[in-house]
Amino acid sequence: MALDEIKIGGLGSSRKRVEDDRFIRGMGNYTDDFKLPNMLHMEILRSPIAHARIKSIDTSKAWEIPGVHMVMTGEMMATRNLAWMPTLSYDTQAVLATDKVRFQGQEVACVVADDPYIAKDGCEAIVVEYDPLPPIVNPRQAVAPGAPLIRDDKEGQNDNVIFRWEVGDKEGTDRAFAKADKISKLQLHYPRSHPSPIECCGSIADFNPSTGKLTVYMTTQAPHIIRIAVALVAELPEHMIRIIAPDIGGGFGNKVPVYPGYVCSILCSILLRRPVKWIEDKSGNLISTGFARDMYLNSELALSKDGKIQAVRFHADSDHGAFFSDAQPSKFKIGLLHSAFACYDIPYGHITAQGTYTNKAPGGVAYRCSFRVTEAMFFQERVIQAAAADLGMDAAEFRRRNLVKDEQFPHRTPFGFLLDSGQYARCLDVGLEAIGYQDFLRKQKEARARGRRLGIGISTMTEPLGAGNSREYDILGIKMFDSAELRVHPTGRAILRTGAKTQGQGHETTWAQIVSHELGIPAADVIVEEGDTDNTPFGMGTYASRSTPVAGAAVAMVSRKIRAKARKLAAHLLEVSEEDVEWELGRFYVRGAPDRGVSIQECAMAAYSNMPDGMEPGLENNAYYDPPNLTWPFAVYIVTVEVDEATGVWDVLRMVAVDDCGVRINPMIVEGQIMGGLTEAYAMANMQFMTYDAEGNCVGSNYMDYLLPTSWETPGFELHEVVTPCPHHPIGAKGVGECAAVGGPAAFVNAVMNALEDTGVRNIDMPLLPDRVWEAIKYRRDISGAPPVRTD
Amino acid sequence: MDERRITVTVNGERTTVDVEPRLLLAHLLREGLRLTGTHIGCDTTNCGACTVLYDGRPVKSCTMLAVQADGHEITTVEGLGIASELDPMQEGFKEEHGLQCGFCTSGMMLTATALLAENPNPTEEDIRWALSGNLCRCTGYQNIVKAVLWAAKKMRPPAAV
Repeated sequence: MALDEIKIGGLGSSRKRVEDDRFIRGMGNYTDDFKLPNMLHMEILRSPIAHARIKSIDTSKAWEIPGVHMVMTGEMMATRNLAWMPTLSYDTQAVLATDKVRFQGQEVACVVADDPYIAKDGCEAIVVEYDPLPPIVNPRQAVAPGAPLIRDDKEGQNDNVIFRWEVGDKEGTDRAFAKADKISKLQLHYPRSHPSPIECCGSIADFNPSTGKLTVYMTTQAPHIIRIAVALVAELPEHMIRIIAPDIGGGFGNKVPVYPGYVCSILCSILLRRPVKWIEDKSGNLISTGFARDMYLNSELALSKDGKIQAVRFHADSDHGAFFSDAQPSKFKIGLLHSAFACYDIPYGHITAQGTYTNKAPGGVAYRCSFRVTEAMFFQERVIQAAAADLGMDAAEFRRRNLVKDEQFPHRTPFGFLLDSGQYARCLDVGLEAIGYQDFLRKQKEARARGRRLGIGISTMTEPLGAGNSREYDILGIKMFDSAELRVHPTGRAILRTGAKTQGQGHETTWAQIVSHELGIPAADVIVEEGDTDNTPFGMGTYASRSTPVAGAAVAMVSRKIRAKARKLAAHLLEVSEEDVEWELGRFYVRGAPDRGVSIQECAMAAYSNMPDGMEPGLENNAYYDPPNLTWPFAVYIVTVEVDEATGVWDVLRMVAVDDCGVRINPMIVEGQIMGGLTEAYAMANMQFMTYDAEGNCVGSNYMDYLLPTSWETPGFELHEVVTPCPHHPIGAKGVGECAAVGGPAAFVNAVMNALEDTGVRNIDMPLLPDRVWEAIKYRRDISGAPPVRTD
Repeated sequence: MDERRITVTVNGERTTVDVEPRLLLAHLLREGLRLTGTHIGCDTTNCGACTVLYDGRPVKSCTMLAVQADGHEITTVEGLGIASELDPMQEGFKEEHGLQCGFCTSGMMLTATALLAENPNPTEEDIRWALSGNLCRCTGYQNIVKAVLWAAKKMRPPAAV
């Protein structure tokens, strides 16, 4: 008899997490937990100034401190051709500054010592003389006449523009706008943010002079990419580099790029022939590593009287900081910004974008999203709400009228994406029903009559998740596939290794569930390993919700290869031809004689002890999976709020989330991911942003200034689901880890703006801080969140 | 630098060590005693990843000097249970999916342990208030609250009939 899939921990089982057993005992192995023999410690000296020429660096006092082994400057790096490194976006980035500093917090020198305290003493003893230059803190300032040139190191770079880019049908869009009954416009800024995992970045580089092998323990979401990057940048042979990503204390995109600290620790280890540990402090993490967002948008929708969107047109200005080091794998300069409006049936669209350098931290990352999708969906849902209001239409009805209908799949967007499946209207209905939409509108009206401001905000979105395909997505030319390797031992227990890298997503639990679903081996009998490049197949890592769509698919495919071989073994054991063997979960049986069967475990033993003549022994295989398309989950988020007019404070009354991420491997983990994403959405709408003053000082360089929501503010969430299996994914799954963080912010902001609808205020930029909301209500004006600029 | 001799009881075990006066308690625990379950997140007393119990009260060990622990009792996550036997708080976090990356978990569990010692029947609001000095970036707190409620229920003596 077939096994009960839920009982063996297969697909759909809310299996408790395997990784928890070590974490709840404090027995995790994070990078900082490793202590190697003879290990030294490295600290980085950072620039206090946003833009300045370096006149001199005097390291002599640092060298005199007992216990200091190395003081490294950019000049010393330059003698090894390592003062600059290539970025993932085909630009260059300073490892240690030589000519100028270009943002506050830029790496200027590093000190290696017996312990981190002495290394910090060493940094303090270094004397750097700076000649300050005018700082640039936003894209408009960057392209203003007479703006100082930030990247004077680059030949042929005569201004601060990095790229100009466009996509769509300009002529068709212009025609649609000319015929529109109404044009709705909105200007927005998505503030700079930082993923800010609680664990900062760090590495332990361990160069072994006797073997020539370099082992690096590292907080990286993509160990294999790091290995190839180190091989290319440091010109070390790839087989002599081993990257180990141990347990990671949260990533959210922050731990994808290559940072100067990694490079410095590697070089120092090679030079000193001892292990060198670098563990970043929180300020270092916040002011220098991969930020996200920081985009300005001008958008327009062409509308017909009956509430149909005829065309969309927008321009985006993006602020990339001092180096164009976006960690994104697409061929599109502005990432997947053109996934905006994908869930709506719109015939025409045209997007232009311009990226600029500023004197701010580099390293744009996809913070809990596919690259630039968070901006896309936020802009989309804010503009949709404004358009509904302009038309005097109900916001839910306006969406319903324009959402792609079930029968329209597969649906091609005006920007070229192909959406595979969805039940958008049904998701919207589930959400409206859950929140009690009509009832709330009534209550809102009554409350308003009594002077109270209630608001309701909707966000409906789809998001492209799971890069590749390999045609359009690569990193440094390496295509965006992923991989899995499965070994089934003689007793039917198994080890699975993938090219992904969990950072809290629970791969050790869920990958085993996929194997269990495909082979009927209990999940508890499958151990999962990731993160060590010496022991795992080449893969592109975990970010952009790509693990389940790509690595997860590879796990299913390798399991099927194993099953195909097990079928041959079963035929041999049952003494029938392979065609006469049927499969049910966990066993093969003879067609027409269901009692005559062998379990998958018996097949495994036979693979080592009783294989047919001519068959290669063993039961192991690997699979590399190149997805045919991205997956497109859909979600509806609805928030109700009350705004206090006197203080500008707003409280969340309820938050309803409806997620359709296709088939759910482990519902408990999926819901955990959604709640985490919703919290980050709330954070961005409410408090979390990184801004700069006119001098280029980072405001948000520590957790006293960079506010993250605590258990006290964070609202409760009500979760609902709709399941539309992905037609091209082997188990029907779609990405999910990021939808809530992507689609959530607009729901919160739309709710607050809805509460203010009668004031005529069209927009308050995130975060909706009480003073901004208060000012908007009091003075009946929109509030911009752009950083202030110096006017001298 | 001059060292000071201190005696600290960590997870029930008395230890005498020589430390630099500037050594942080978190570093003594992690580096000196190799109790790496105490994590360092923010260096500014905000995130609570480094929370340990100091004579039963939660403190953030990254902004406390090791010398301040002289003569005191410290409990770290390693003191919550032993490998084969879990504390109800640890069980609760696993049962209710109260953790994802695991980095904040030690601090969360210790703060919650101190709460339950003081208030064995906390409401959701009590828990949210008590944990508001411990940041989590993964879970959204909802399941952490449930985990603490789970532990509280398990720790309560069965109601008299």
